[in-house]
Amino acid sequence: MQTVYLKQSGVHPFKEARVDLENDTIVIAGKTYVKKDISYDIPVNGTVYGTLLNYRGAYQKLEKSMYEPPYQAPPKAPILYIKPVNTFASAGSTIALPEGVFELEIGAALGVVIGRTATKVTTSEALSYVEGYTIVNDVSIPHDSVYRPAIKEKARDGFCPIGPWIVACDSINNPNDLQLRVKINGELKQENTTKNLIRSVEELIADVTAFMTLTKGDVLLVGVPENAPLAREDDMVQIEIDKIGTLENQVISEKAFIGGRI
Amino acid sequence: MKHARIAYQGLAQEAIVTEAGIQLNDGRFVNKDEVVWLPPVEPKTIFTLGLNYADHAKELSFSATQKEPLIFFKGPNTLIGHNAQTMRPSDVTFMHYECELAVIIAREANQVSKEAAYDYVKGYTIANDYALRDYLENYYRPNLRVKNRDGCTPIGPWFVDKEDVKDPMNLTLRTYVNGKKTQEGTTADMLLGIPELIEFLSGFMTLHPGDIILTGTPKGSVDTKIGDEVVTEIEGIGRLVNTIVGENTFQTN
Repeated sequence: MQTVYLKQSGVHPFKEARVDLENDTIVIAGKTYVKKDISYDIPVNGTVYGTLLNYRGAYQKLEKSMYEPPYQAPPKAPILYIKPVNTFASAGSTIALPEGVFELEIGAALGVVIGRTATKVTTSEALSYVEGYTIVNDVSIPHDSVYRPAIKEKARDGFCPIGPWIVACDSINNPNDLQLRVKINGELKQENTTKNLIRSVEELIADVTAFMTLTKGDVLLVGVPENAPLAREDDMVQIEIDKIGTLENQVISEKAFIGGRI
Repeated sequence: MKHARIAYQGLAQEAIVTEAGIQLNDGRFVNKDEVVWLPPVEPKTIFTLGLNYADHAKELSFSATQKEPLIFFKGPNTLIGHNAQTMRPSDVTFMHYECELAVIIAREANQVSKEAAYDYVKGYTIANDYALRDYLENYYRPNLRVKNRDGCTPIGPWFVDKEDVKDPMNLTLRTYVNGKKTQEGTTADMLLGIPELIEFLSGFMTLHPGDIILTGTPKGSVDTKIGDEVVTEIEGIGRLVNTIVGENTFQTN
């Protein structure tokens, strides 16, 4: 059983609950529910920061080009980007496929949820600033260049499903040893592990808070593995992370999305 | 009207800035020396334009003929009010200001045409979008280590209602370092103007009330040193004062 923090749709305060991932059940205020019977809201309210090239495989794919224009040199400090609030979506919501786009990249990311103000934090104390962990689908329109911020590709409405809950920090012994899987329509498309992170969760928190403050409710995505699976219209996308759970969202056409099938 | 957010007698609150002084919500007038100026808005999303003035793009040796505007986001940690301090780390050799017209969004904006764009504007303020060029890297450039530092974006002192700014696309911007004018330009020289920017952004994402668009800076960015007083000024809006301090002031290391 994992301790989780979640937000139910239409209910204001965050709730603490116990989740049984084996049996897909959840205990809220002493009552047991089936996981899918609960309507989950977005479990965070801060700023979501993504990290570029933090999986060894993703880094290696670009490594050859790093000495050539426009990159010129390998990155030194963590390269971050912001997923703004219009991109946030809950578990179970739909992802709109923009008109003229046929595939979306599914970025399976472990989201580190910050529990208290973190400035210039050392690696040894980093995890004491973590409230817990969640699953984030960092959706992008496929793009090759990472020279300029990919706003049009990454910042569209609903391009950042988060949830279904935050698993408390204490329930996860080692965030740097979590297996993650992406399934599309039930078929396994990607498998990787946070063992492959270049900067561990602790190192990432330290290196990021060396130049900027993270506050309670902010989410730091540890990175997206190489070869992000592609999803098409009507595909059901599941991201599973060990000890956290499954984040499920369906890709639908932008027209249907605007039509209210949310 | 000029709308500010201030801290007075232990309370953060909204206020109106008038000729007679700063008027609190309860009608009291207080002196400007008695208040702490906070950022005038609390945006959900902060949009920032890079290279939106041809002369500044040239100054940074970039081709002005980009296909699409260069846009990046800032986190809320970056904003700091009028009369505050911004830190220059000791290893930095080039830290320059950028005087920018900041546009505040009035209401939810999605798929807005440039003809209708001003209907979605609430008002205008001044932002100073400091850049610490030593930390530039060519990945999602300008990377957050350059542009997303705590308190690196002074903003304010207040915002001015849209109705009080007749032509936002024809305002003079000036920066003074220790009283000496170092930057002067006009919003008329923006590559993409306010209506075009709102049309472009709302064309692929939703903007929310209180969101801010920093519209870029003209040429004239020079290095600023510890102790420098940097005043960014926009015609018809006001003067935003900031002081550069060193790590000692922040008691680090």
